[in-house]
Amino acid sequence: MKAARTIAGPLLLLGICIRPLSAAEIPPDDRRSGFSFMAPDTQAIQNDDTANPGMLWVLDGEALWKRKAGTADKSCADCHDDAAMRGVAARYPAFDTALGRPVNLEQRINLCRSNRQQATPFAFESRELLALTAFVAKQSRGMPIEAGTDPQLAPFIAKGRELFLQRQGQLNLACANCHDDNWDKRLAGSAITQGHPTGYPMYRLEWQSLGSLQRRLRACIFGIRAQPYDYGAPELVELELYLKSRARGMPMETPAVRP
Amino acid sequence: MGSVLINVPKKAKRGDVIEIKTLMSHIMETGFRHLATGELVPRDIITSFSCRYNGEEIFRADLFPAISANPFISFFTRATETGTFEFSWIGDRGFSETATASITVE
Amino acid sequence: MMKRTMGENAHSRRRFLALSSAAVATVSLRSAEATPATMAAAMRELTGGAVVRAGKIKLDVPPLVENGNTVPLSVSVTSPMTAEDHVRSIHLFVEKNPQPNGGNFFLGPRAGRAQVSTRIRLADSQKIVAIAKLSDGSFWSATADVVVTLAACTEEVI
Repeated sequence: MKAARTIAGPLLLLGICIRPLSAAEIPPDDRRSGFSFMAPDTQAIQNDDTANPGMLWVLDGEALWKRKAGTADKSCADCHDDAAMRGVAARYPAFDTALGRPVNLEQRINLCRSNRQQATPFAFESRELLALTAFVAKQSRGMPIEAGTDPQLAPFIAKGRELFLQRQGQLNLACANCHDDNWDKRLAGSAITQGHPTGYPMYRLEWQSLGSLQRRLRACIFGIRAQPYDYGAPELVELELYLKSRARGMPMETPAVRP
Repeated sequence: MGSVLINVPKKAKRGDVIEIKTLMSHIMETGFRHLATGELVPRDIITSFSCRYNGEEIFRADLFPAISANPFISFFTRATETGTFEFSWIGDRGFSETATASITVE
Repeated sequence: MMKRTMGENAHSRRRFLALSSAAVATVSLRSAEATPATMAAAMRELTGGAVVRAGKIKLDVPPLVENGNTVPLSVSVTSPMTAEDHVRSIHLFVEKNPQPNGGNFFLGPRAGRAQVSTRIRLADSQKIVAIAKLSDGSFWSATADVVVTLAACTEEVI
């Protein structure tokens, strides 16, 4: 298919398929946000709140935050002060005691909807869920990522790391092959970033829409010709958790703009 | 749902040239995309944008499918008097949105 | 605050119909894909065959674009923007998109500065042409060559 043809050629040229899999994690001081790989014109779009299309979803989210919902007829604002959301996204995915496993921010919002508001959860990638997630995550903008410090998360981070390192799909590639071992090289004209999820949900120019980290992960997995996990699958949450803890200390940028 | 972002300076001196930035939520479906089945996704775009300053049109644009989703349009005008800017977007399928912004001109 | 009128207001419906029929008329004259020839024809439709000179107008667009879906660009025209000497309109044309027109922007002396910014889609590496029409009826153009690299993982909707 198109994606395979796009990737396979340049990858063979890079000799990626032949490299042994090394756990060569990026040294903390060498970590760079995807922002730094972008052209100045695209960076300018992210930097201007009045021109950043992601802000349209943040505005939608602000309206939804105040809207009463469910049989409980409560809005998010009825229980939560927006200011209290500061720092929340920076430490997600977080451990959910009742479920005994980590949940991401989207799942947390839906859990609140069903448990507290007695409302139907929003579909993954729905405009409403993206808007609310963007609104909450934007409150953490500028704050350092803190995800994964809870000791209860350790086994899940380990699983996420395993997923990051495992080769998969028809192209037999692991995330690490590009994002640990070959960042800053180019693949079919685009820069390979280090894969730090500093700005999610983010406005991707390719999508012409705001989208979640899970959407991006599914697209990448699809791109290496592997079967993507369903939205909300524990594997995707574990990968998210690993990626966020790999990015610990880097500032949140939501809503980011990326090509 | 579908917000709009308008950036107009709140204050300006008479005669100042000010920049107005607008960003409207819209998919701007080109009408050239195909579904996996081969069907064409019908066109759904904003076709026209205009701005009035205290009732007088100061800027107008015709938009085509080549304009990106969530159209961003910025332009300039002279701040002549205190008042209101009215923005209007019109498009396919009866799309019609308006927004306003105020300015104090001293 | 936003007001949503679902085209029920007669005035806006009339305006909508007038605009959409104009757009349809433009579309029906074009073949399915723009080429340098159809872009030239679209430009001729604007200028009526008048001479188009290079100069006065500047087209700012990144030479290498990260994603053809959203290409930020800016057009500016040197002009005193007085009642006697101003820019009436700025027109964008694209060479290899399915349609040759990008956008038309109508200014006037009140603009103060003849500069417009927007974001366009480019289907392929191609030329963009911006043409300014001045109050004296003259036309001025600027051209830019843009290289568009597709994103590495151009995905289907999944």
